[in-house]
Amino acid sequence: MELICPAGTPAAFREALEAGADAVYCGFRDETNARNFPGLNFSREELRQSIMLARRKGVQTFVALNTFMRAGDEALWYAAADDAVALGADALIVADFGLMAYVAERYPEQRLHVSVQASASNPDAIRFLVEAFAAKRVVLPRVLTVQDIARLTRQIDCEVEVFAFGGLCVMAEGRCSLSSYATGKSPNMNGVCSPASHVRYREEEGALVSELGAYTINRFGPGEASGYPTLCKGRFDVGGTEGYAFEDPVSLDVIDEIDALKAAGVSALKIEGRQRGKAYVAEVVSSLKKALGATPAERSALVSRLRTMSEGQRTTSGAYDKRWR
Amino acid sequence: MKMKRAALSLGPVYYLWDGPKWRDFYFRIADEAAVEYVTLGETVCSKRQHFSEPHVAEVIERLEAAGKEVTLSTLAMVTLERESRQVRDLIRDSVHAVEANDLSALGLLKGQPHSIGPLVNVYNAATARTLAARGANTICLPPELPATSVHRMLEAMPGFSFELFAFGRMPLAISARCAHARSKGLTKDNCQFICGGDPDGLPLRTLDRQSFLVLNGVQTMSSSCAVLLDDLAPLVDAGLSRIRLSPQDCDMVRVAALYRTVLDGRMDGEEALVELAKAYPGVRFSNGFLHQQEGAAWVSRGRSAGLGHG
Repeated sequence: MELICPAGTPAAFREALEAGADAVYCGFRDETNARNFPGLNFSREELRQSIMLARRKGVQTFVALNTFMRAGDEALWYAAADDAVALGADALIVADFGLMAYVAERYPEQRLHVSVQASASNPDAIRFLVEAFAAKRVVLPRVLTVQDIARLTRQIDCEVEVFAFGGLCVMAEGRCSLSSYATGKSPNMNGVCSPASHVRYREEEGALVSELGAYTINRFGPGEASGYPTLCKGRFDVGGTEGYAFEDPVSLDVIDEIDALKAAGVSALKIEGRQRGKAYVAEVVSSLKKALGATPAERSALVSRLRTMSEGQRTTSGAYDKRWR
Repeated sequence: MKMKRAALSLGPVYYLWDGPKWRDFYFRIADEAAVEYVTLGETVCSKRQHFSEPHVAEVIERLEAAGKEVTLSTLAMVTLERESRQVRDLIRDSVHAVEANDLSALGLLKGQPHSIGPLVNVYNAATARTLAARGANTICLPPELPATSVHRMLEAMPGFSFELFAFGRMPLAISARCAHARSKGLTKDNCQFICGGDPDGLPLRTLDRQSFLVLNGVQTMSSSCAVLLDDLAPLVDAGLSRIRLSPQDCDMVRVAALYRTVLDGRMDGEEALVELAKAYPGVRFSNGFLHQQEGAAWVSRGRSAGLGHG
């Protein structure tokens, strides 16, 4: 299985190359990609240099153009696709059907990968993407069990990539407007979720309260470890009971499932985290690279170290395990 | 200039209502509601299908006898073989038009006239044209779209039938995990259809008791009810042809009548809002998405209002 690694900056890109990535994915410094955070992403020139560097090491570069085009401003996304192709991207990762149609028509030779944001969760959906846009690979939404994936890969003529480590979307990706309901900024339209610009912390009788927009997302008592107020990992009141209504502040880790995913016909494992620093990228990529070649027994040692780097220092195998539902 | 006319359309019931309640709701819609189009069928969770299934035929018959045009909705999220089969069977066997709510339906409906539901991501005319070329003849736009995007799409595709989600709690997210079952100590696979106990959704409040969201099985909806009413005239004038009302557990016949009256220019929007609040009491209204603000916001005509907490 290929290891697909995140790079939010040229420095992280180089770290990923050194650490053993088979492919690195990144995006331009604007709203055409779903990690449109301040200080992140690549200029055209930075992407050109990074692709050259990757080529020399035999590593592929995927360019994420995975937000939905704003009506009337499609030219911004088309130009990003044109430039990514011209700069030699090995694949474009796309979510919007209109942009897929543009790429398929203009650049029939260009490898098109379907972003997780497109939410293709079953064989008929993937056949549609292959038939309509000649998609070569689909990144699966985090709604399927390993058994679901095995059943799916047998029925399609398309590579499958799955998320293996990093941030965990609780909701089906690309189908969530929770962030924009609270802040006006969404992953689909703006490339951000629960954006820092709308986050506030306040002290209240010894407790630390985190807010997103006008809404309280969590309250941490004295001595309790606090976390970032990602909306779907907040603590809420449902029927008088307070708790993590959707998911605890955990991140995804399916290293224990590597062999099962391989047997299920998965072509590539993806690491989330273009917003993370280069040290994180270096550590996670090299550990996962080792894990891919290790025996299950050797893996657990590699894993325990990685878990300390995760959000909330706790991980889950998420929807890959049926019991998560 | 003569105002263009937009039709009223009733979207599928997203909540789990028991069979008789579901049937009686549609019987009353057939007999009394000022809607021309009705889209129905389980959209949120495949496990619920058997509640409405025994009543679908009689409901369709009654609606059609009343002159309503009926469209059948497909599931919003398809992951299991059984769910794939449900969508395939529906599309193969249906003599009615079908509304696609996920990518599998989009693929299977190629070449035959069909509708696109608000749970498919259509954010621009390039995508709308791509789907229209495959047979889509009506697209209900996602609730998240701002008015500028709607206008640009209407301009880019004159004559095409666009529909706007204009009343109801907004479907904001869907998950493989059932937060509704989880809140009662259950899981999706062993849910005991607990969501049926909350026919208008299960309120989720913040720790500061702010109304925020409601849980509806695997779907998460807004606590506020989208109300695009005063905002519709310029959009209808620009060519918006259908206005979607999403069923809530309230007097939808009254809601439809109010929308029709405002669209026909027989009642002022402000006055209609007062009446609407009586028809769906205790629920805050929002229209922030249309005004490019947080979706929970309420923007009253001519000025921006702050975000209130209901």
